[in-house]
This record gives sequence, C-alpha cells and structure tokens, in this order.
Amino acid sequence: MSSILELKNLGFVYGQGTPFEKRAVDDVSLCIEKGEFIGVIGHTGSGKSTLVQMLNGLIKPTTGQVLLDGEDIWKNPKEIRKIRFRVGMVFQYPEYQLFEETVYKDIAFGPANMGKSGGELDFAVKNAAKFTGLKKELLQKSPFDLSGGEKRRAAIAGVIAMDPDVLVLDEPTAELDPMGRDVLLSQIVQYHKERRNTVLLVSHSMEDIARVADKIIVMNNSHCVMFDKTKEVFSHGRELEKIGLRVPQITKIMLELKEKGYDVSDGVLTVNDAFAQISELLKKEGKIW
Amino acid sequence: MNFISVQNVFFSYSNPEDAQPVKNAVNGVSLEIKKGEFVALLGHNGCGKSTIAKHLNAMLLPDSGKVYVDGDDTSDAEKTYDIRKKVGLVLQNPDNQLVASIVEEDVAFGPENLGIAPDKIRERVDNALKAVDMYDYRKHAPYKLSGGQKQRIAIAGILAMQPECIVLDEPTAMLDPNGRDEVLSTLLKLNKDKNITVVLITHYMDEAVLADRVVVMDDGKILTHGTPDEVFSQVELLKKHRLDVPQSTELAYRLKGCGVKIDKMPLNTSDCVKLLEEVLN
Amino acid sequence: MVRDVAFGQYFPGNSLIHRLDPRAKIIMLVAFLVIIFCTFNYFSLLLVTLFTVFYLAFSGISPKFYFKSLKVIFVIVIITSVLNLFYGTGDPLWQWGIFKLTVDGINRAIFVTIRIICLILSSSCLTFTTSPTELTDAIERLMKPLNKIHFPVHEIAMMMSLALRFVPTLLEETDKIMQAQKARGADMESGNILKRVKSLIPILIPLFVSAFRRAYEIATAMECRCYRGGSGRTRMKVLHMSKCDVFSFAALGIMICGVILCNIFIPAVI
Repeated sequence: MSSILELKNLGFVYGQGTPFEKRAVDDVSLCIEKGEFIGVIGHTGSGKSTLVQMLNGLIKPTTGQVLLDGEDIWKNPKEIRKIRFRVGMVFQYPEYQLFEETVYKDIAFGPANMGKSGGELDFAVKNAAKFTGLKKELLQKSPFDLSGGEKRRAAIAGVIAMDPDVLVLDEPTAELDPMGRDVLLSQIVQYHKERRNTVLLVSHSMEDIARVADKIIVMNNSHCVMFDKTKEVFSHGRELEKIGLRVPQITKIMLELKEKGYDVSDGVLTVNDAFAQISELLKKEGKIW
Repeated sequence: MNFISVQNVFFSYSNPEDAQPVKNAVNGVSLEIKKGEFVALLGHNGCGKSTIAKHLNAMLLPDSGKVYVDGDDTSDAEKTYDIRKKVGLVLQNPDNQLVASIVEEDVAFGPENLGIAPDKIRERVDNALKAVDMYDYRKHAPYKLSGGQKQRIAIAGILAMQPECIVLDEPTAMLDPNGRDEVLSTLLKLNKDKNITVVLITHYMDEAVLADRVVVMDDGKILTHGTPDEVFSQVELLKKHRLDVPQSTELAYRLKGCGVKIDKMPLNTSDCVKLLEEVLN
Repeated sequence: MVRDVAFGQYFPGNSLIHRLDPRAKIIMLVAFLVIIFCTFNYFSLLLVTLFTVFYLAFSGISPKFYFKSLKVIFVIVIITSVLNLFYGTGDPLWQWGIFKLTVDGINRAIFVTIRIICLILSSSCLTFTTSPTELTDAIERLMKPLNKIHFPVHEIAMMMSLALRFVPTLLEETDKIMQAQKARGADMESGNILKRVKSLIPILIPLFVSAFRRAYEIATAMECRCYRGGSGRTRMKVLHMSKCDVFSFAALGIMICGVILCNIFIPAVI
C-alpha cells in the first residue's frame, strides 16, 4: 500500500498577526494509506474541521505541507482547483448548497466544472445518484422539492460525481433520524467498498465511527492526540473521556467489566461483539448452553 | 382534567396546489400530560411528532378532535395568547428563534409582547438567564455563542414568559454532544426545581430514557407509551419500526433471549454493568 | 473574507457615547451630517473634523474598527475625489487633454474626501455604540407621530431590527456556501465580469432559499412568543435623556455655532 495523503507538520493559525490570532491546528503529521476508511473525532473547536479543509486546499496551511500522492498540493497555487476535484469535500448540512433547477443539473455542477461533458458527464451523474440511492425519477425534479433526507443525498452525490480519490464527509448524518442515519452510513460504506477510494468521516457520533472506520484520528486542542486502529483507540476509553469525548455505551460497559476483573477484551465496538464475549463467559460457567 | 389533554386529534397539511387528498400528519392521537411531568415524544422524522408539538400551543389547530390546555380549548381564538403564555415552544434551529442582537434583549421579547411593566421584565429576564446558567452572557451577541448556549437562551426566552409547560421540538438535533448535555441538564433542572412540565420531542433514545414517561409515535399514531423501562423493554417492536434502543438494553435483551434471567431491563451503562456483574457471579 | 466588514456592527461597552440616549444620538447625527455639508472653508472643515475625532475618542472603541469601516468605502472615496479633482473651474495649473487640474478642483477633492470620511466615521460611531434594538427602538419612538397618518412605524422598526440581527448570520452562511461551492470546483476568482457575475448564482440561490426558510421559522418563533404587533407591547429598556445627553447637545451646538461663524467671517473656498 502507498500513502495517498501525507500531512507534514501541518499547522494553521487564524487571523495571524491580529489580536484575534488563534491556533486551530498545530503540528499535525500523519500518513493516510490508499483505501482506508478514517474516522475523525474531537469535540467542537478541536480543530478537526480546519484540518479537513486543509486537505483540499480550501484553507491554506500557515505551516507544514499536505502531500497528495507525494506532491505538495500548494506547489502550484493556480492549480488548486484540480486538487479539489481529487479530494472531494462534503460539508455539514450539504443540502444548503443545492441551487440548480433539477437534481440532475446540480449533481452535474462539480463534474462539469472539471470539464466533463456528454456521455462522460451523464455517466458520472447517474453513477453518483446510484451510489447515494437516489431514485431515477427524482433526477428531473427540483432539488427544493425533495425531502430532507433526499436533499442530503443529492448534495453528497454532487461531490461523489467528481469521482474523488479521497472523499471527506463532515457530519453527513447530522440531524437525520436513526433510520436515515443507518441507511446513509451503509451507503457510504458500500460506496467505499465498490469504489475502493479513501474516505474520511468527521463525526460526533462515536457509535457511527465505531461501526465504519478502520482507523481514527483524534483531535484535541488543535493537536492530533491519537491516530490508530479503531479498536486500539476505543480501548483507551478513559483517555478519550478525559478530553471530553464519549465512547459508545457498549464499549464503556465492557471496559468497566474488564476493570472489575472480568475476562473480556477492551475496545469492543458493537453489541454483537459484546454479546459474543458475555455469552462465551456464561457458557464456560455453565449458566447457559 | 389533566394539564394538557389531546383528544383523538387528526391533522393534515393541506396543499392548495394539489387536488389529491394529503396523507394525515397526525392520525387519531390521544395523549394526557400531567402537571410537572417530563414526557419524551420519540419517533422518526415525519412521524407527526412535530405536528403534535405545534398543537400544544395553538400554533396548529386540529382538523378534528380537541386539544385542551389547562381546561381551555386551543381552538378558542380568545384563548390563543393565554395558551401560548402557558405552553412555550422551543424550536429546533437555535439561530432562527433569537430575534434580538443582544442576549438579554432577546429574552425580554416574550414578556414585552405580554405587556409586562419594564422593571418586572428586567427581573424576569435576569431570573430566566440565571435559571439556564447564561446570566454572565446577558450582554453578548447571540451569533457568537455555541449552539448549546443559543438553545439555552431560547429556553430562557420562553421561561421569561413564566410558562407552566415547555415543549421542545428536537432542540438538540443540531447540537454537538456537549451542547446536547447542556440543554438536557437545563431541562431536567427546570423540571425538578421549578416544577415546569417538559415535553421533549426527540429522536435520540438516550435523551428519552431520562424522561418520566416516553411516548413513541410512528406514522401519525402512538405506537406505544409508558415509563422508559416499559417502552424500551419492547425491543422487538422498536426494532421492527427501525427505532433505536440503548445499547445496554439491546445487550440485555439478547442475553435474555439465551435464557438469562433478567427482571428489569437496564437503560444506561451503570445499570447494565451492575446487571452483568450479577449475572456473571 | 466577508466577515471583515465592520460597518454596521455593534460593540457592547459602557463608554460615554454608549450611555447616551439613542434618540439623542440619532438627532445629533442627523444635525451633524447636515453641518458637514455646510462647511465652505478650511476653518469650518477643521472644526468638523476635530469634533468627529473628539466624539470617536469618547466611544471607547479601538481606532482599528474605524479604519476597517473606512476600508469598505475606500474605492468610493478615491473615485469621487479624483472626479472632483478634474471638475474644478478656473485657470488650469496643469492640463492633459480634457483633464485639467485647478486650485478649485484640488479644494473640491479635499473637501469631498474629508466630508465623506467624517460622514462614515460618525455614522459608524452610532452603529458601533448603539445596539440594533436600541437603534430601531429610538427610530420607532422618533417616528411615532407618523402613526397618525397610518404609517406602519412599529412594523418597519421591527423589520429593521430583524434585518440587523441576521446580518452576521447571513454573512457566515454566505461564507459556508462559498466554501462548499468552491469544493465542487466553482471558480470565482478568474474570468471576465460576465463570468464572475454568473459564478455568483450558485451562491445567491442557496442564500435566498435559506433566507426564506429562516424568515418562515422566525415568524413561527415570534408567534410562539406571543408576538402580535406593536399594540400592547411594553419595553424592558425605557429611554430617558440624562445629563450626558444635555452636555453632548451643548457641545454639538457650540460646534455648529462655530461653523456658522466661520462661514460668515471667513471667505468660502468652494
């Protein structure tokens, strides 16, 4: 595997030289491999949004570098738009960016900006719609006539249609109900599986991250304090709590059992895992069969 | 009669452009809310829970059926403002319910509309801001505050009208976990210390477990209701309607399925750990 | 960035100017704006400039923000002063085609520049030190007599105060939408004017849609808080004139007398 994104001593200071100077990201260095599904967690103001906006050049780092496929994205500042096609970014509440007459045209906005046209453009739009589960008949409707969940998916399709090598999603499930959240998350996972690209998911929901991410970046106070496999990160439950993050309920239950001396592993992520471990213990003691 | 009484309410949003009959948003709902209760109304987007919320303070009137607040019929136009004074409604987006550019002036908006004397307004505003723990921010501009803080200001704005009941329509949907905690602990405090009736509309089950009573809605109807224990132990029913159950409840439910004896379903981490310890020893 | 705009912002504080009655501030500003354009020689211009500086000094707000508010209209100042520069009458000092530089032109340019600067600074001082609610409240009260001719004073004041409340929110939103469209490859930095205007569509449409949605939600929220127009409404903050107001009226009065005397006894230059 080769790394697709490499961050070298990346830092960003807001309002440099003014009295409002604020360090948002400080000295972050890490490597993201091709094809990984990365979760980014941290409380509000930890610097995670600034960090991801530097990945596609929407914010220019004040120190350090972002290397995409080994090349500094700011090597040629005039070409920064091309970087944005390769690193797609879905913002929080992306439905507020919809503006075209039809959903089809809106999804086509990104790829058309890339210079795609004709059959190529048509394919990009339809493919993106398919990935996000938008029904065909919705494509000719006005985006403002869609339901909340459909709008969200149309907006995400608008970024997927650019076929980026890296897809960054900032809180894609915010405000959705549990059902909408589950559906959207599994669509993102499915997309990642089929397209085999790199996905970064920024989320406050530890349950969501635990379910889908291979690795997790933990941001705190503008620093990257952990970057490791999901299981590893969640096995440090107490440390996460110290920086104001909550681990999933099930992880915490198992962690407490382990601390009380029971033979369970830490970093349990799903109810399935926990159930398997507990029933194993019960079987050993002959309490169930 | 109970403080709020919803009696067999039907409601549909009519769209004059469509000739077709629209689906009912609320399809025969009856609900009683006692004074001082903390009720959570749980359900998916579009299940009718927000529509019910707007019926409780006469923002919407039922197509058929009746809603009574403290004995007054909400469809009685003369009582509209009395009802809105008694039942305050907090909406989802904190940005869009703060009307003034300074926190204390926003909180004063409600009492000003009620025609309260200036010195009395000042007293109410100060008390309301203290109750939500935002008194130190009274001179701030709302747009500079965090989501949780803004939502607490919105609650203070309702409190300043001295309501008997606060209805909140998904007040935490747009907030981060810290903001959600701030809002919830504020609500629990108001309910306990000031005996204010709280109706919390949410799709987060971990918020619903904090209530005295949970009402689950689906498709414009009440699916089930009862104490959090009673409701969340119906894991199968909730799962069938694709609603979440707390992870601790789900684990206990699955263990129960294997023949483990469980009397009371755990709803939170500490109860679940206690239960597992008992089972394992 | 759009957030850099300082004009129209309010900075809470407790300075002398902050404590003035907003009605007094509005009346004084109007009188001052009239007097700015009644300066016809350098003495009266100096008097007006000094008074502006004096007033700003008492506002307790960092000069930085005043400079920022000037930055916004910098281009307008340059254009009008250059136009005036070549618009004068009299003997040319220097000529190139239709452009001729005269003493009169130079005087005009200086006067127009300083007048605009004083105008912007004094109005900024009002918005910096007066909360939008106070401001609209004062306007509502000053215009109350118009109610008699069925002019909707309260409604207009309420609309103004809501508009002012949502300026920062909408600016922030514009910024977000711009970032989101840039992430989809929207190009707002290059191309000719037509192309640039066109590239605003993906920003303006979502902004309008969201503004309408907000308006609807705000209306609901206001109704929930028993809003039913201006009748029967009381206010938390009661306006009353104090000693400070009397003093500043006196100061303004003296300054106006000064300007008038200058105009009478010193010959006009423009």
